[in-house]
Amino acid sequence: MTITAANSILYLDDVHVAFDGFKAINGLSLVLGPGEMRAIIGPNGAGKTTMMDIITGKTRPDRGDVLFAGEVDLTQQDEASIARLGIGRKFQKPTVFETQSVEDNLLLALKGPRDVFATLFARGRAEERARIDALLALIRLEGRRRDLAADLSHGQKQWLEIGMLLAQDPKVLLVDEPAAGMTDAETMQTAELLRAVAGAHSVVVVEHDMAFVRALDVKVTVLHQGAVLAEGSIDHVSAVPEVVDVYLGR
Amino acid sequence: MIDARAAVFLGLLFAAAVAVPLMSLMAAPGSGLHLPSYAVSLFGKYLTYALLALSVDLIWGYAGILSLGHGAFFALGGYAMGMHLMREIGDRGVYANPDLPDFMVFLNWGELPWFWLGFDMFWFAVVMAMVAPGLLAFVFGWFAFRSRVTGVYFSIITQAMTYALLLAFFRNEMGFGGNNGLTDFKDILGYSLQSDATRAGLFVASALALGGGYALCRAITRSRAGKVLIGVRDAESRTRFLGYRVERYKLFVFCVSAMLAGVAGALYVPQVGIINPSEFSPASSIEIVIWVAVGGRGTLAGAALGALIVNAFKTLFTGWFPEMWLFALGALFIGVTLFLPRGVLGALEALRRPRRGGAPAAQAAEARR
Repeated sequence: MTITAANSILYLDDVHVAFDGFKAINGLSLVLGPGEMRAIIGPNGAGKTTMMDIITGKTRPDRGDVLFAGEVDLTQQDEASIARLGIGRKFQKPTVFETQSVEDNLLLALKGPRDVFATLFARGRAEERARIDALLALIRLEGRRRDLAADLSHGQKQWLEIGMLLAQDPKVLLVDEPAAGMTDAETMQTAELLRAVAGAHSVVVVEHDMAFVRALDVKVTVLHQGAVLAEGSIDHVSAVPEVVDVYLGR
Repeated sequence: MIDARAAVFLGLLFAAAVAVPLMSLMAAPGSGLHLPSYAVSLFGKYLTYALLALSVDLIWGYAGILSLGHGAFFALGGYAMGMHLMREIGDRGVYANPDLPDFMVFLNWGELPWFWLGFDMFWFAVVMAMVAPGLLAFVFGWFAFRSRVTGVYFSIITQAMTYALLLAFFRNEMGFGGNNGLTDFKDILGYSLQSDATRAGLFVASALALGGGYALCRAITRSRAGKVLIGVRDAESRTRFLGYRVERYKLFVFCVSAMLAGVAGALYVPQVGIINPSEFSPASSIEIVIWVAVGGRGTLAGAALGALIVNAFKTLFTGWFPEMWLFALGALFIGVTLFLPRGVLGALEALRRPRRGGAPAAQAAEARR
């Protein structure tokens, strides 16, 4: 079945963006189905992070369509509205609230009212606590609940951030280099975690680590110079001569 | 839920609110316990400074907004109260004009400008002491935060804001007494400002305002909105990508802070007896930030403590070597930054509770410097 704009969760068509004449994204088209997980690879400067910036409203494209769920034009929304629509984002460098406890990090991420006066008078509810417990178990941080996020290891911060993403209960998760700085064992656990959440959520993973991408075992999109170079299974794209030239090399 | 810090702070404040009036009004003059009335007003002034420091700590310590123009909100609150006190002079001014303050008679003005209307009522002045700074903060903050002006750029435009107001209030045509400001006050609510009882009353009112301001800031910073603000301070983009409208949180807390500063100004003016444009000077706004840094940023009680310490030191020091004060202040700031990065309160608490992770907020603040 081919996915069209109408039944896609994320639909990018002929997107262009240039920074001072440098074409960071140059005719990028990408379609993601509901519940699908996609791995994005590409050399440095291929436009992977810029693509995430465009989807999350941080960067406005010069032209092209960016649609969410086939109808919402993401180029007209700001970051907060896009997050509220259900697009969560994990940054390349783990970004958590370092001076707050692991538990509070998840509490702030939980889906719920986001307005000043709603949070000013918010009280902890039992279902929120139950949800936090479940998330802590999923990201293997039950024992660190009251510790400050700053005291976590690098890999644990990555997991906490993924946990915060899941707490938002988003429809799409954009995950930028989740395995960066992780040990091999942590990398495999992270792949497992992401595979477990795909299905209920659509997931886009940007990653350099080929072992990790292989472990994800999903469709791969190769970006190069701001456009799609190849798409398919990891074995398929690894065999495309252009991909070997620009990326896999050697 | 009262922790040790809040209990000590509110306990000491309550003790002062009881002891100072008693020592002023009950102890026999000349006895060792007697407090002269100038001292009561001096201590009352310190309390208003402490409230001002608290308002700065709310935004700087908890939301990472470094305002170098908070003196402007303090001064606006002060002018609102000063205008009421001018009206209360009535026909006892030098020119004995029952309708116009002296400086307007001097400038040959025929009638009261429209923006002075209503200030003959005490309650109106009190409301305006909060509304005027709150409104300025709202308009200023709305533009600044919506345009995502942050960090040092925000600090610089707050300096520009207070400097612009300084120049504006210097002008006689503004109708706020120009260079000389507002002074020669006689009464407040019918009580002579010279009497010991009135001064003790103003001291108690300042203590109550400080206690109330502390309770309010503490409630805000410990609420879930407070956690969001700390998130904004530490990782603004993360907060935004979680779906929080960062600019609204900043605007809210900036307005609350400006209104607290306005209340502090309104209590300051009757105790010092004058308000003039020098309160808008950029340097005095920077001084407030130094109080907070000395006491301990992001601790609330520390900010109040810092204001008391620095100002008590200032009173003593300017008595000994008046022209050396700014050097002393600079040295103090450098010394605290180098040796007490978490401020006096942070150092005191670290002494009591040696090495247990330490205070998170202050450590992160250090790390980001």
